[in-house]
Amino acid sequence: MKQVHLTLTEQTPLTQDVFRLVLQGDISSLTRPGQFVNLAIPGFYLRRPISVCDYELTNPDGTGTLTLIYRAVGNGTRALSRMKPGQILDVLCGLGNGFDLSRAGAEPLLVGGGLGIPPLYKLARELKASGIVPQVVLGFNTKNEIFLYDEFRALDCPLFLMTADGSAGNKGFVTDVMVKLSYTYFYSCGPAPMYRAIEKIATAPGEYSFEERMGCGFGACMGCTIQTANGPARVCREGPVFRREVIQW
Amino acid sequence: MVNTQVTLSGWTLDNPVIPASGTFGFGYEFSEVYDLNLLGSISLKGTTLAPRFGNPTPRIAETPAGLLNSVGLQNPGAEAVANEEMSRLSRVFHKKVILNVSGFSKEDYVGAVQALCRKDMVGLFEINISCPNVHGGGMAFGTDPDSAYEITRAVKAVADKPVYVKLSPNVTDITQIALACEEAGADGLSLINTLMGMRISLKDRKPILKNRTGGLSGPAIFPVALRMVYDVYEKVRIPLIGIGGVSSADDVLEMMLAGATAVQVGSANLVRPDACKAIIEELPHRMEAYHIESLSDIIGGAHHGT
Ligand SMILES: Cc1cc2nc3c(=O)[nH]c(=O)nc-3n(C[C@H](O)[C@H](O)[C@H](O)COP(=O)(O)OP(=O)(O)OC[C@H]3O[C@@H](n4cnc5c(N)ncnc54)[C@H](O)[C@@H]3O)c2cc1C
Ligand SMILES: Cc1cc2nc3c(=O)[nH]c(=O)nc-3n(C[C@H](O)[C@H](O)[C@H](O)COP(=O)(O)O)c2cc1C
Ligand code: FES
Repeated sequence: MKQVHLTLTEQTPLTQDVFRLVLQGDISSLTRPGQFVNLAIPGFYLRRPISVCDYELTNPDGTGTLTLIYRAVGNGTRALSRMKPGQILDVLCGLGNGFDLSRAGAEPLLVGGGLGIPPLYKLARELKASGIVPQVVLGFNTKNEIFLYDEFRALDCPLFLMTADGSAGNKGFVTDVMVKLSYTYFYSCGPAPMYRAIEKIATAPGEYSFEERMGCGFGACMGCTIQTANGPARVCREGPVFRREVIQW
Repeated sequence: MVNTQVTLSGWTLDNPVIPASGTFGFGYEFSEVYDLNLLGSISLKGTTLAPRFGNPTPRIAETPAGLLNSVGLQNPGAEAVANEEMSRLSRVFHKKVILNVSGFSKEDYVGAVQALCRKDMVGLFEINISCPNVHGGGMAFGTDPDSAYEITRAVKAVADKPVYVKLSPNVTDITQIALACEEAGADGLSLINTLMGMRISLKDRKPILKNRTGGLSGPAIFPVALRMVYDVYEKVRIPLIGIGGVSSADDVLEMMLAGATAVQVGSANLVRPDACKAIIEELPHRMEAYHIESLSDIIGGAHHGT
């Protein structure tokens, strides 16, 4: 974990309320896909946790580019969406454990729903870089909520798009594709109902990324603790990614 | 050179800045950020006799200039704190700590304090009679002078270090509780703990916290805490540790003028991991700006001539 000041270089609307935010500066504290950052937004007391969608170290001194994708849902993220290139953000960077790439096996599956999709992008890139081609299943509610699809397509992995209303890709849920696939391991990020559906049908071990309301994001306040098979675990520190078998559903 | 030293019941601290219980864990998270040894001391996470998971999530809700928490005293229990947490912390922190102890009965408090006795690393015990999170628990002791008296006496009888009682602000007259604790033999008082509050989600039409209510902390409560320290200082002779919304060196000075000998910084650590370090570094400059040579000279300074 490192407190850094990053420069906003891009703020692009991807859908009506989803934005891509690109930041530049010291990102040396990031170690794995699936980690998150905690952003200070002027005017709000608590920071806002957002998953790392992508990052690229561009200099040996640890500086580089950090990409986040977020939905403006409340006052804090709406204020964030009004910030402009050139502005400086106070960021706690490199939080949480991230995905465990060592468990992928030969044929991992990435399953994302809605705003859970962003962290899977860097994961897919890292897996590809290590010579493993993941299969990717993305679920959205409807066509005009889709983002990041073209970027995933450019990775050239087997890619399945599902929408709940059938307005793009295939009609249905991510689990409708999952049951037809074989995979060595799965990585999932999305809403809780999606996790419960996956739990019923998954045929391999895997891991899920969790969300909780956070006071600090780095393990100090015990605000985000959930009960796991290994005892109490802080979503911000021992998580946000937990293996299937330790979660108490 | 200005002098930032202060003395709590015979224990001299390099400076009056202490991270508050529950906002600093057992220290390690922050040792990644700065050298903990620049702190005056550390008040460790509230410890109970038995391990506690605490309340279900959500445990945190944002407020204007602060937050609500309903963590519910999550901790690994007195035994684990005495044997594991403290020895881990002693590798990175070489000063004495404050042990914050909570309980749900007199026996709980006494048992926890006994389990934590005979530790060189302990500067003093801070007895939390005010945690508002646990149903029928800590709350009762801190809101009733007789219960506060009883717990203080019981703990004093077994503790091998000075006993500071941490007061709840959720009372009509905090000075009555303060006097009861002093009469029972408390060596000092810490104040204040969090103020009971609530937030409701407009979307879900129900309280955000699973526990429904939680304790308010942060800059929002600074003036309330300051007033309570000021009032209690008028009534008791024992030293006070001022707590509540402190976020800057100026806040530290203000708290000390109201009557605090030392100051704890809570929520500020959560949003700014280097908050205490920044305050400690700022302190000598602010002292110079206000022509303060020795910090201990200004304790209760706001009471003179008023
Ligand atoms: C580890 C983690 C990763 C996340 N990654 C992303 C992401 O990549 N993209 C994205 O769009 N969103 C993500 N979220 C959710 C995001 O943090 C919330 O949408 C955001 O905090 C809402 O803030 P607000 O001020 O707009 O909403 P408000 O409802 O006004 O916020 C009030 C308070 O509640 C908290 N809060 C509200 N909703 C959530 C939530 N779902 N999770 C945690 N805290 C919440 C806020 O942080 C704030 O403290 C993530 C959350 C976590 C915990
Ligand atoms: C997340 C959180 C956990 C806390 N846990 C404890 C605790 O275990 N014991 C205790 O005496 N006070 C606890 N407190 C209260 C603080 O120590 C402090 O009294 C209060 O937050 C006011 O100070 P602040 O405004 O600087 O945060 C907690 C506060 C917060 C925010
Ligand atoms: S948010 Fe503070 S411990 Fe996880």
